[in-house]
Amino acid sequence: MIMDFSQQIAQYIITGLTIGAIYAIVAMGFNIIHNATGIVNFAQCEFISLGGMFMYSLVVLFKVNLVVSFILSMTGVALIGALIEIGPIRHARSKDIIILIFLTIGISEVIRGSAQEIWGSDNVGVPSFSGDAPIHLLGGATIVPQHIWVFAITVLVMLMLRYFFKRTLMGKAMRATAVNRRAAALTGICVNRMILFSFAFSGALGAVAGMIIAPISTTSYDTGIMLGLKGFAAAILGGYGNFAGAILGGIILGVLESLGAGLISSQYKDAIAFFVLLLVLFLKPTGIMGYGESERV
Amino acid sequence: MNIFIKHKDIFGFVLLAVMVIILPVFVKNKYYFIVLNVIGLNTIVAVGLNLLIGFAGQISLGHAAFYGLGSYFSGILTVNYGFPLWPAMLLGMLATGVVAYLIGYPALKLRGHYLVMATLGFGIIVHFLMGELDQFTGGHDGLMGIPHLSVGGLLFDTDLKNFYLIWGFVFLSMLAARNILNSRVGRALRAIHGSEVAANSLGVNTADYKVKVFVLSAMFASVSGSLYAHYITFISPGSYDFYYSIQVVTMVIVGGMGSLWGSLFGAGILTLISEALHVAKQYHVIAYGVFLCLVLVFLPEGILAGIYNFFVRKKTQKLLT
Repeated sequence: MIMDFSQQIAQYIITGLTIGAIYAIVAMGFNIIHNATGIVNFAQCEFISLGGMFMYSLVVLFKVNLVVSFILSMTGVALIGALIEIGPIRHARSKDIIILIFLTIGISEVIRGSAQEIWGSDNVGVPSFSGDAPIHLLGGATIVPQHIWVFAITVLVMLMLRYFFKRTLMGKAMRATAVNRRAAALTGICVNRMILFSFAFSGALGAVAGMIIAPISTTSYDTGIMLGLKGFAAAILGGYGNFAGAILGGIILGVLESLGAGLISSQYKDAIAFFVLLLVLFLKPTGIMGYGESERV
Repeated sequence: MNIFIKHKDIFGFVLLAVMVIILPVFVKNKYYFIVLNVIGLNTIVAVGLNLLIGFAGQISLGHAAFYGLGSYFSGILTVNYGFPLWPAMLLGMLATGVVAYLIGYPALKLRGHYLVMATLGFGIIVHFLMGELDQFTGGHDGLMGIPHLSVGGLLFDTDLKNFYLIWGFVFLSMLAARNILNSRVGRALRAIHGSEVAANSLGVNTADYKVKVFVLSAMFASVSGSLYAHYITFISPGSYDFYYSIQVVTMVIVGGMGSLWGSLFGAGILTLISEALHVAKQYHVIAYGVFLCLVLVFLPEGILAGIYNFFVRKKTQKLLT
């Protein structure tokens, strides 16, 4: 009995880590745009849905090779992200943060409505990247190969982001823009281009999250809303704008949610995630790893 | 002329009162009254929310929850516990204020988007609890048989009577908002909106004022929610979801942030557009999104002010050339 229980817990934790990895990727997407522009980009939710649906269309409907589909979907959503910046965001006559945030909500409604027109409202499945045979782990918990793919791809994405932001000139330029836009512009960084890249990056990240979770939980035109909002919650939980915090926030949220769903009731799953968030905001309003935002005059 | 400018908002209030009183002479259709009542209820929420958005510069994505708390406090207290109606409404308003304080206090101490997340999460939790705590709330089936409000012997049981009741509250809430904005608190809020740092240096406790105005805006929503519950006499969680929260913020922005009359206009036009778009069925979401994007990109100061500025600018350009 005790063995059974610990086995169950292990299972919940594995599921929690998987979903937490997804939240972490989404949170990264939120952070990148936040650091570049100071806004919350709610279209991030739609990037996730689009990633999943593009993958579904290419793999299931057009029978395209998996790797090619993955790259095509990612590029496609990155382009949509870029278009959002080039179009409405750049041409908005007001740069007021509230206006821009609501603009992203308007954009996401347009995308969601269009996606529903194109793909309908049904949930659709996407095949796993490498079969569904469960792998038995030490201690008796099992893991499906897709979970391993989620971990592997998440770690890879994190490493690549780290390399990009720490080592490459463009990454450094984006960080400089995040710290101080005007100073960055003075050193010859094209700030507008950095903002454009940040939207494309977030699009790609959202798409990756949507694609790797699709084989586990199926996908639909609005699957990204809850995932996206919880990714946002993970970003806030870790400290908004903080990259290590995004990973930590995602994992904590995923694991607690999974444990809560398993031990209390699966109905309470969504409420638990947001309850944890409110609790943390109440106790440590800056998030686990955040310092709060410094005053900008 | 001077007196007119100084008191032009009083002129507006008189005009509003006259219009509300004489409108039923011209409008006879029951359907129009239902729409007008919904506009009125939305206006009350939008006016309160505008205090927060337009003057404290903060967004709440959880006002559906405060609206819902008002409805459910009124509904549960009167149906399940036989509370008298008006005290239940007042109690709901106060309780909502306390809840808003607990949510807003930590989030508003910080700059940035913490209130967005806190209210968003709170909205989702409240919406969830409305469905799950079915022994109190009636669950997803909703709560039925909520009594109509009454004053003395007058029972507000028709759309027309509720029209007067709801628009009476619209009038009062706008008057209250105007007086708040013209008071010490309002001056402090406007100072915060101008420059938070400058306001702080002049001894305005900015965090404190932001929390206060957030609580106040939640109470406006609660009152509107109570009125809704007593008007429709049936409430269910579907009316208080995330989309309603977004919709009321949209009303404030489309009407013009920081403009009381703009909120009335925004609530009116968006309620009418939603009604009209029911015809478009599946294209509803797209059309709504496109409308929102167009307004935000081209008329960020709100539709009324945007159009006004457009023409004034044209005129001045003509004069210059």
